[in-house]
Amino acid sequence: MTDVSTTRWKVETRTKASAAFALVAVLISLLAFAAPFLVSRSVLQDLFFILTMLVLAQNWNLLAGYAGLVSVGQQAFVGFGGYAMFALVSLGGLDPLAAVLLAGVASCLLAIPTAFFLFRLQGAYFAIGSWVIAEVARLALAQWKMLGGGTGTSLPREATRDMPALKLVGELFGVKSSGAGDILTYWLALLLAIATIGLVYRLLRSKQGLGLAAARDNQEAARSVGVDARRMKTLVYLAAAFGTGLAGALIYVQKARISPDAAFSVIDWTAYVIFIVVIGGIGTIEGPIVGIIVFFILQNLLADYGSWYLLILGLIGIAIMLLAPRGLWGLFAERTGIQLFPVRRRLTGGPVSSSKRGGARG
Amino acid sequence: MTWLDTIIQGVLLGGLYALFAAGLSLVFGIMRLVNLAHGDLIVLAAFLILVLVTALGLNPFVATLVAMPLMFAIGWALQFFLLNRTLGADILPPLLVTFGLSIVIQNGLLEGFTADSRRVSVGGLESASVALGPIHVGVMPVLTLASAIAVIIGLNQLFYRTSLGRAFRATSDDPVTAGLMGIRPKRIFATATGIALAVVTIAALYLGTRANFNPTIGPARLIYAFEAVIIGGLGSLWGTLFGGIVIGIAQTFGAAINPEWQILAGHLAFLVVLLVRPRGLFPRAVD
Amino acid sequence: MALLETKGLTARYGDFQALFGVDIVLDQGETIAIIGANGAGKTTLLRSIAGVLANQPNAVLFDGEPVGVLAAPDIVARGIAMVPEGRKLFPSLSVEENLLIGRYGRAVKGHWTLETVYNLFPVLKERRVNPGTALSGGQQQMVAIGRALMSNPRVLLCDEISLGLAPVIIKDIYAAFPRIREAGASIIMVEQDIGQALKVSDRVYCMMEGRITLSGVPSELTREKIHAAYFGVA
Repeated sequence: MTDVSTTRWKVETRTKASAAFALVAVLISLLAFAAPFLVSRSVLQDLFFILTMLVLAQNWNLLAGYAGLVSVGQQAFVGFGGYAMFALVSLGGLDPLAAVLLAGVASCLLAIPTAFFLFRLQGAYFAIGSWVIAEVARLALAQWKMLGGGTGTSLPREATRDMPALKLVGELFGVKSSGAGDILTYWLALLLAIATIGLVYRLLRSKQGLGLAAARDNQEAARSVGVDARRMKTLVYLAAAFGTGLAGALIYVQKARISPDAAFSVIDWTAYVIFIVVIGGIGTIEGPIVGIIVFFILQNLLADYGSWYLLILGLIGIAIMLLAPRGLWGLFAERTGIQLFPVRRRLTGGPVSSSKRGGARG
Repeated sequence: MTWLDTIIQGVLLGGLYALFAAGLSLVFGIMRLVNLAHGDLIVLAAFLILVLVTALGLNPFVATLVAMPLMFAIGWALQFFLLNRTLGADILPPLLVTFGLSIVIQNGLLEGFTADSRRVSVGGLESASVALGPIHVGVMPVLTLASAIAVIIGLNQLFYRTSLGRAFRATSDDPVTAGLMGIRPKRIFATATGIALAVVTIAALYLGTRANFNPTIGPARLIYAFEAVIIGGLGSLWGTLFGGIVIGIAQTFGAAINPEWQILAGHLAFLVVLLVRPRGLFPRAVD
Repeated sequence: MALLETKGLTARYGDFQALFGVDIVLDQGETIAIIGANGAGKTTLLRSIAGVLANQPNAVLFDGEPVGVLAAPDIVARGIAMVPEGRKLFPSLSVEENLLIGRYGRAVKGHWTLETVYNLFPVLKERRVNPGTALSGGQQQMVAIGRALMSNPRVLLCDEISLGLAPVIIKDIYAAFPRIREAGASIIMVEQDIGQALKVSDRVYCMMEGRITLSGVPSELTREKIHAAYFGVA
């Protein structure tokens, strides 16, 4: 007989692979922080691109993969973040680093009225509605003559050159301000990527994350057990706007030149991001990481082929969605059962698994 | 008098947007599918007409009649072989597949036709105008609105007066029971998308003749079409025409104040309607 | 030769097996009734025959031909029509349109036309322009039967016709069945109301937990036998 009082059920999310991976992840992060000492400036710029796209992808994945909010208008927050940073630096004379943070806040503030409009639309209509919002933002900012109107503008040189943080980095590495700028933006991008993944992971493991998953699977049932899906979705939408806006602002600190068409480009900031998530695997944290690696390789292989590149990317996206809707990571996880960022709850312990059915241990 | 002129130009422009929207509305009504490549398919049809006009020397109107069955076939095959596989409770597959399709069509056209601006000439008809009392209106814009009205009457007749229309409505209500009646839902959906693309071809004729076009302008047409559908209320084709006219008038008024505000004014009108009447002005479909 | 026959018919919904080797036979001109408790597999049996659920080819024979793998539209085209449980009228269609959709896409010959269906259920003619779902339950059931008849089926499958209807209405509806039989349809009806089933059928099958537990002509079936087949022997 099993003594029920001594065998307790336990809800666990951690797996063996994930515990080992946690150690690897720390090592990779440390190595990544050391990258400016180890690699050339052009590699650093590639890494900056990879990290910022990863942040955008994690944010879009949070929206579409977890909250069921399929947006094709996240370029609204990239562009708005970029423009807010430009305005704060060029017109307000702020330090670019402070401006990046405030630009994230500004994007989040923009998301409040847009959420009000968009949450009146369901499903596919939400998607196109989000696109309308991005177009409105693009057209409105193109009217802002002090920031160059439709043709755009550049960051004033002295604003970036005189940053205290930049001088510090420059002295540390003994490089000129442009090189120091790359190092600084790279570190910030790395920090942002780690923070994003960490926060998404924490959110999904929390009670709220469980509610989100429940609402995604069955809104009615989730409501009946007290999950306020609308409130959860709104919070996710605002959080994604904040993260996307921060990334946008950081991207434009590095680019140092902004125009409405580039900053609100649906291809650059949404289509690419969707492909990254779909190819890697929607609805997992690992998916966008796998996706960005595949995307970067494809881009380097096919960049010379112009529009063929996008055409092939589109076909790959369609094929993955039809044949392997959980993406490359989904295929891998299905075969191996490995989860690096385990968010699924598993029941362990208890009388069934420990003695009764197993028999061998009884 | 200039205000009246602006309103009339806006109404006529609304006819174009209603033509963009009719196919989108039809497909959504029958299978709850929103095709994000809809705008790019309009542009594809415009290039098809352009090719028929330049390569075969056809009159644009004749070219449109030739292009319509071709576009019907493309729509039928697209739905039957690709989009039917995405239908279901999950909204992600249809959205992401049609988004991918949008990228594929755009870049396919860029590869085939470059990014140059094109225009289909209708032999002087584009500059012809008729006098409506004190107001002069272009012949092509009037034809556009007339075509939009004719398309909507035609689609309503099809929907409510024919055996195919009954099958459309029955399948939309309940595909499983429709199957018990001998209806094959997958073919019905394919036929619906085929018809939507035949309508798209008519829209493409006016898109291609009234202004320059290039492979990248599709998404903006999708957005206008979408706004017209939402303003009108899901499921009502006359509502869609009205929605198109609201966008058209807002755009011509915006442009009258400042040419740079044309598109923005249309979007703002849409947001205002969404604010005060979230279910549109003539809601009918219950979802 | 039997008109319609199932041989070792099985059906499952995912992991749940609903039918375990069901054999039934329907002869030309016959009406058979399938009775059994909720969840016995009666509706699943009809849905399998109608092509809503796919099967092995030889599990269902119609006119001696294997039709088990055919989908619903092909089954209707061959002459098997179904009155589904819960009537399932199309809300977007008027009464007359609901009837017309029953013969969608086919030029069918036979007794049943709009006119003869209206003769069978005169009240439908009065309500012909109303939405099908605006009618009373009994009238809706008439539309559902009429809709199936419009394809002039050789086999009519009726699922729980009396469900949720008042006894006087049920009587009205069953009064139409002799005329349906005269016009040439053989009928398989699933019925919870045992008394009604015994009254209208030539033979009865009783099902329990996905298996046929009893069959025979109504006059030979005693209360006790049916009780045992229905609930299992104590």
